[in-house]
Amino acid sequence: MSNTVDNSKRRFLTTAASVVVGGAGAAAVAVPFVSSMLPSAKAKAAGAPVEVDISKLEVGQLMTIEWRGKPVWVYRRSPEVLENLSSQDDSLRDPESNVTGQQPDYCINEGRSIREELMVLVGICTHLGCSPTYRPELAPEDLGADWKGGFFCPCHGSKFDLAGRVFKGVPAPINLVVPPYYFQGDNRIVIGEDAQGAA
Amino acid sequence: MFASLMGWVDARFPATKMWEEHLSKYYAPKNFNFWYFFGSLAMLVLVLQIVTGIFLTMNYKPDAALAFASVEYIMRDVEWGWLIRYLHSTGASAFFIVIYLHMFRGLIYGSYKQPRELVWLFGMFLYMALMAEAFLGYLLPWGQMSFWGAQVIISLFGALPVVGESLALWIRGDFVVADATLNRFFAFHVIAVPLVILGLVVAHIIALHEVGSNNPDGVEIKKNKDKNGIPLDGIPFHPYYSVKDIVGVVVFLFIFSLILFYAPEFDGWFLEKDNFVPADALKTPEHIVPLWYFTPFYAILRAVPDKLMGVMAMGGAQGLLFLLPWLDRSPVKSIRYRGPYFRWALTLFIISFLALGYLGTQPATALYTNMARVFSIIYFAFFILMPFYTSIDKDKPVPERVTMK
Repeated sequence: MSNTVDNSKRRFLTTAASVVVGGAGAAAVAVPFVSSMLPSAKAKAAGAPVEVDISKLEVGQLMTIEWRGKPVWVYRRSPEVLENLSSQDDSLRDPESNVTGQQPDYCINEGRSIREELMVLVGICTHLGCSPTYRPELAPEDLGADWKGGFFCPCHGSKFDLAGRVFKGVPAPINLVVPPYYFQGDNRIVIGEDAQGAA
Repeated sequence: MFASLMGWVDARFPATKMWEEHLSKYYAPKNFNFWYFFGSLAMLVLVLQIVTGIFLTMNYKPDAALAFASVEYIMRDVEWGWLIRYLHSTGASAFFIVIYLHMFRGLIYGSYKQPRELVWLFGMFLYMALMAEAFLGYLLPWGQMSFWGAQVIISLFGALPVVGESLALWIRGDFVVADATLNRFFAFHVIAVPLVILGLVVAHIIALHEVGSNNPDGVEIKKNKDKNGIPLDGIPFHPYYSVKDIVGVVVFLFIFSLILFYAPEFDGWFLEKDNFVPADALKTPEHIVPLWYFTPFYAILRAVPDKLMGVMAMGGAQGLLFLLPWLDRSPVKSIRYRGPYFRWALTLFIISFLALGYLGTQPATALYTNMARVFSIIYFAFFILMPFYTSIDKDKPVPERVTMK
């Protein structure tokens, strides 16, 4: 057996071992600091469903409710609006609501709602999180002659129809989110929960 | 007496050595002009922001329920509070004006080119840190623009594939921009990012003093030295440029004071009108725009009709600036001896940058969006085509020594 020691190999192995062990230690120490920035237990617990009384909601009226710190719109669509919903399918990105996770299964339909005339949407743009503006008027100057009412995001110009479906050619990639909700009788909606239980 | 005291110190700490290296025996080219004021002015504004910031934290409350009112408290009830707050808010915009002019100087005189690539890179990291610092600070008054601006910028991270949403959640610390977000932004704004900025300033200056300053002629003064090894075209920074810079400081403070005392909000450009309304998570302001210094990049973001691509274009617009030293293939540094291609490219680039800056402040109409697209293309073309037009450009001969024109 040779007595010569390969010093450079030894140096490499000790350096590599120190880097690996030290790196693992640094990573382990980083865990509590990085984790401390995640939502706290308190933030996670806040998020209970909210109940809304819709008995005073007129046709064409939109009300905004706060749920989990976000605006939720409840809107009563007129028969004309319902008729117009299917007329613009060609200019929509996802008219059939094929993108999963943007609405509960029971809202995959033309109006993305349980009751056809009653729209419930999270009013947060799927682009960068602004709250779009309700623009019910027909063909306003700034939105063009084809506008049949909908939501316009003032931040980056995304457009949605009155079922929260996104138009083509705007920055928002997908439809607005429909939150889980169910009806309690005729005039009460519970937002944040499916009929059968937890959201 | 003083000499023996300095001797005692110098034996223990290189005080005289540092003074000489960076001031009294740092030889800077003798032909500096107007554009060379902005480095020292940036340092002045940095000190101003740190000092006013320290005093603001004495009365500000980083709490979603108290923040807005505490800023108004500083404005109305704290002795001289209005002055300290306006110094800080006007200082923020002044910082970006100074930095943009400082960067423009680098562009026209080729100060990013070999051997000053690291000076440029440290400077770019400083610019990024400064933008982060400004963004973090803008949330603190907890007005409508604070809230929705933060909402949009944090959502940018959400556009990244796979990890995006979790990353945005981690940054916010809540499912929406909330108290947790405000509290951590305060921590980043008052301690974390300022430490990074100070470290980078030191690195920026050490790198600069290692290679020596560029000048309006873009010639290396170290090539021509006298028998003592002192550049023939160099003069000691102190007293020559320290005195010159004081003139710049006086003029700067004169203009700064005019804005500070007569138009601190600058008609909504330095403090946006919507930010005098407390944050409301349910309603986005009609026209949400970032402060003016972010608007060129904001216009690029809006010009792209795709979420991920838009975010990438915005990141790319900043990322390309980092690559400038390697994109520019011309052997000539200064605009004075550059050929027509680079001059035209730089002119178009500056026009595009200013136009994008304007468009970013305007509502996203169809016409403005299309204009933003054209200017975005020019912006990117300036960088992407740079290796070609700089290598075939008809540059003029560069003089051996600096000129005094």
